[in-house]
Amino acid sequence: MIENIRLSFRGIFAHKMRSFLTMLGIIIGIASIIAIVSTIKGTNDQIEKNLIGSGNNTVKISLYQEDWEYSFDSGIPNGVPTVSKYTLESLKNIDHVEGATLYRSRQSNQSIFRNNTSLDGGYIMGVNQDYFSIAGLTIKQGRGITEDDNMKFRQVAVLDETSARLLFGEDDPIGKTIEISSTPFTIVGVCADKETFEPIMESIDDYRTYNQSTGSKVYVPSESWPIFYQFDEPQNALLKVDATSNMTRVGKKAAQILNTNVSSSSVQYKAQDLLKQAKDIQNLSKSTNAMLIWIAGISLLVGGIGVMNIMLVTVTERTKEIGLKKAIGARKKAILFQFLTEAVVLTSIGGIVGVLTGIGLAKLISIFNGTPVSISIPAMLLSVLFSMAIGIIFGLLPSYKAANLDPIEALRHE
Amino acid sequence: MVMRMLLNLKNIYKNYGKEPLIVPVLKDISLEVIQGDYVAIMGPSGSGKTTLMNIIGCLDRASTGTYLFEDEDISEMNDDALSDLRLNKIGFVFQNFNLLSSETAQENVALPLIYAGIHKEERNHRADVALSKVGLQDRTTFKPSQLSGGQKQRVAIARALINHPRILLADEPTGALDQASGKQVMELFKALNDEGVTIIMITHDASVASHAKKILHIIDGEIIENKQGGAA
Repeated sequence: MIENIRLSFRGIFAHKMRSFLTMLGIIIGIASIIAIVSTIKGTNDQIEKNLIGSGNNTVKISLYQEDWEYSFDSGIPNGVPTVSKYTLESLKNIDHVEGATLYRSRQSNQSIFRNNTSLDGGYIMGVNQDYFSIAGLTIKQGRGITEDDNMKFRQVAVLDETSARLLFGEDDPIGKTIEISSTPFTIVGVCADKETFEPIMESIDDYRTYNQSTGSKVYVPSESWPIFYQFDEPQNALLKVDATSNMTRVGKKAAQILNTNVSSSSVQYKAQDLLKQAKDIQNLSKSTNAMLIWIAGISLLVGGIGVMNIMLVTVTERTKEIGLKKAIGARKKAILFQFLTEAVVLTSIGGIVGVLTGIGLAKLISIFNGTPVSISIPAMLLSVLFSMAIGIIFGLLPSYKAANLDPIEALRHE
Repeated sequence: MVMRMLLNLKNIYKNYGKEPLIVPVLKDISLEVIQGDYVAIMGPSGSGKTTLMNIIGCLDRASTGTYLFEDEDISEMNDDALSDLRLNKIGFVFQNFNLLSSETAQENVALPLIYAGIHKEERNHRADVALSKVGLQDRTTFKPSQLSGGQKQRVAIARALINHPRILLADEPTGALDQASGKQVMELFKALNDEGVTIIMITHDASVASHAKKILHIIDGEIIENKQGGAA
């Protein structure tokens, strides 16, 4: 075997130009596959990171009617009670959950005013002290909502940066008063818009995907909710999970716990499955790129035919050597393996060079195109294995031909 | 001393082609070779001597007739068994040497040992021993292009002897050599035969054939006469 590999290298290096040109087909095929796969993987990693939030693995569980999030504008659904603190405890006890909080949220049709400036289309959020840390919202100014605020029914509010800008412009909002539903609330803090991460936006599609979640929000203590709405409005739950991969599982479990108290069959708690959303977007990009991989595959097929062709030439050139080897006692199998090894060595070198070229190509694409690149080790190994397989498949016919040469005829060959 | 029968060919016929154009090449050849023999087969070109050599060397099969190699019937062996027989019991020497040009003398000589599954160190050692036996101990790393014709043929003989074969088959071993080199090769053959190596040699040169103990003449595929060689 080692001897066969040594002989293969000798054969390949004896015809450097020819061997290189033969490998080129394999190199181009493997390089394009690696480049495409690396780019897809890079884009997908980015989608997942953006959508799920880098390190901020939160799952939102809210009420759904059919496939749509339930709108409380049509009243409180029958058979859905408010979530008790005991249920909240069992949510916190789900494996992989780092924290859980309950909150209410409505797009405000109530008027939010600062003097004569109104905030249209903003959200009112009824929250408690844990919300900001679990949602990953940093307090930029002042403070958040505290336990005390809820206990003492304080009429205080925290604005996010968008609503602060819309209502106060350049003015410092802290200590100022706004009116929600004609009730005065004192601004005690300003928090970041949505979450701490900034999605990387490279196209208008990215903008559409990520931008919907941001908006102007006004956070008030949950105990003040009955001022504008009903006191028995069911809450949403927000869970912080230890790892992205556990989000789907935890979300399902939490929804199940919340649904045990729900007697309505049409309105049910459901987890907003960001992971699934990310996968959907990824699949979209995958299917478009699958076509490219097929095209690269065709170039590999052409490369393989090139290998077969040159191996047939090699067998013809070395007919005399084959004849001699058979005369001095080489079995058919030994000759078959010698040429098969040569074909596999040829395509393996092509595969390795192809992988390296592909990585370079992917980096080059990312420099010119700005797309992220992520090199996948399994893809690299698979590519090299695949090129070996090409060597075996396309080397078989020439090797078989060599093994079955008649030694007398072969020795007479000039 | 009891002479051991090495080769026994009985009523060998060899035909080429198919009906209706059958060309008979060998007709009713019977031949016995005992261990330690030195046989020269002579004949004009086209007489069938190379075909006979190929059959003796197990590269080709007879159309009819039996061929016993050490009492074993060759016609019953499959391809792999014939390969093993050639590997272990037959050494070939060709007119045009048939050395691999990209390999050194040592590698050329060691080639059959690869197929015998012997590891590299022992291969190289045994190749060096074989090369010194033919007087080329200082040429082991030379490529065939760096050797003279006579040296090339001696490398080829070393290769033929590496597996200690029962028989050495030489097809016009001096055909491509000048007289001095040819003489050297003949002396080497004589020395090997004296050590007990059985040799069968094809030649059309009577002076070369005269080194053998026994001379066979083939004309038109038939053995004409058996003559005792002069150098016995």
